[in-house]
Amino acid sequence: MPSNSSAVEISGLVKRYDGREIVRRLDLVARRGEITAVLGPNGAGKTTTVECCEGLRVPDSGTVRVLGLDPQTQGAELRPRVGVMLQDGGLPTSVKALEMLTHVSSMYADPWDVGDLVERLGLASFARTTVRRLSGGQRQRLALAAALVGRPELVFLDEPSAGMDPQSRLAVWELIRALRAEGVSVVLTTHLMDEAEDLADRVVVVDHGQVIAEGSPADLVAAGGRATLTFWAVPQLETLSLAAALGAGVQESDPGCYTVSGAVTPATLSTLTRWCADRDILVSRLSTGRRNLEDVFLDLTGRSLR
Amino acid sequence: MTSPTTSSDQPVQPRRAGQSGQPGQAAPAAEPAALGPVPGPSTAGAASTRRRIFAQSAFEAKMILRNGEQLMVTILLPVMALVGLSQTSIIDLDTAGRSRIDFITPGIIALAVMSAAFTSQAIATAFDRRNGVLRLMATTPLGRGGLLASKIIGVLAVEAVQIVVISAVAVGLGWRPDPVGIPLALVAVLLGTAAFTSLAMLLAGTLRAEGVLAVANIVLVLLTVLGAVLTPAEQLPDALRHVALLLPSGALGEAMRGAFFDASIPPFSLLVLLAWAAGLGWGAGKLFKWH
Repeated sequence: MPSNSSAVEISGLVKRYDGREIVRRLDLVARRGEITAVLGPNGAGKTTTVECCEGLRVPDSGTVRVLGLDPQTQGAELRPRVGVMLQDGGLPTSVKALEMLTHVSSMYADPWDVGDLVERLGLASFARTTVRRLSGGQRQRLALAAALVGRPELVFLDEPSAGMDPQSRLAVWELIRALRAEGVSVVLTTHLMDEAEDLADRVVVVDHGQVIAEGSPADLVAAGGRATLTFWAVPQLETLSLAAALGAGVQESDPGCYTVSGAVTPATLSTLTRWCADRDILVSRLSTGRRNLEDVFLDLTGRSLR
Repeated sequence: MTSPTTSSDQPVQPRRAGQSGQPGQAAPAAEPAALGPVPGPSTAGAASTRRRIFAQSAFEAKMILRNGEQLMVTILLPVMALVGLSQTSIIDLDTAGRSRIDFITPGIIALAVMSAAFTSQAIATAFDRRNGVLRLMATTPLGRGGLLASKIIGVLAVEAVQIVVISAVAVGLGWRPDPVGIPLALVAVLLGTAAFTSLAMLLAGTLRAEGVLAVANIVLVLLTVLGAVLTPAEQLPDALRHVALLLPSGALGEAMRGAFFDASIPPFSLLVLLAWAAGLGWGAGKLFKWH
């Protein structure tokens, strides 16, 4: 098994439900020993893609390789090496939390010590509570523990910190980083931009069943210009003239609200205020800031509700 | 389970002699930071197939026997029917010269098999399917095949408990079964389990959980009342008799009575049970949806 091969390699994946294409010729690579975040709006095809990797769904076409193996035909070899946290938990409701975790651990020859995992994820306070009575965040932590208890080489985490309080989220992130340090590969889907930005080595943005952007969080943010400049003034300024003066793009995103795209430098600010002063226009508010992943994401996938 | 990095349980005990102070010396209060590095990936793989299936089967049986409603339908209902039908004459039984307890017990065991293999298993599997439990366990080394095998063994374990409880109560009430009938009855129980577990999987894998809850209970009641489970098919009205003999419930009831009354299983009932087991098993395999 070459150590430099990919943890996950998907090419040309197509998956249809009732004739509707949910995943359309998707290509994706997650490298070994890295945290790869799959980012996308609801219904983008993230979960379906991950489920094809977990062997839970059969691709309509395309190839999926996980740790170099085919999840459909080599599942028995693959399953002991891969941990899975499903979006809807998959925990039986009538058993106690600790009982469930201990049970999952019995599927592995040399599992993670359950007591240690309980302590790391703060499960002790509800270890003897039935799953039915756990809060959403507690269930998430238990499901994460169940995904990790087999000490997998690769874990798939479908929205791992959904419903968690900030403390739990930090503990989970710390644990995921610690796993990466031990060489574990992580593929997580998320809506949370800060999760992807803080945690991931690589981000893959998926929409309408296809990858529309990928790279490190820094690369993705840089791709659209490192800083942002937004200002408010009277509506319907001559944006073309301003853009020419600034040497950058200007858009009136809302009436009276303008966004400058391109490199934002001190000279840009000075040119902008001079241009406005020459026309006796008052800039009522102005803000500059670093673009973050959320801006990139919204630029890529649109701002309207769907 | 002795992972090299466990420490949380025994913070006072130094892990390595000579490095962590004297044995018995009080250690500082345990803090989260006291946890060692996380363990790296395991290369040991899965537990043995036998251990996985044993663990899952025990888990399945425990979940059913600890659940109030499931216990009611699998144990309490048959025992109540046994005591009610043998000790009272509210319902008139034509026992053909046998004692009421001898006449009714084989059918009660058939009812118990139906409740465990069909109703209880259909409901448990349907809710596990809805809650994603089937999918989660399918991604562990257990896999789908192991999960199915464990469900069947879990059902057999529940049936063993049922049969022990029902037989003990029945013997207490005067049941004296023909020893020759016992192995034959076990064959009938196994065939009935195959047919009814397949029906349970077919329902659980195709309908919504709430739908399964309703259908599984109604079908149990209908088959019990009309399906020649507790009383022989020959005592049913003409039209119903032929239908009942073709149903898996009637076939199981007739097979159980044949085993204990005549020390032989009617070949026709055997054939009917085999056909249902094969047909329903094939259907469940084709139509079962994991999502």
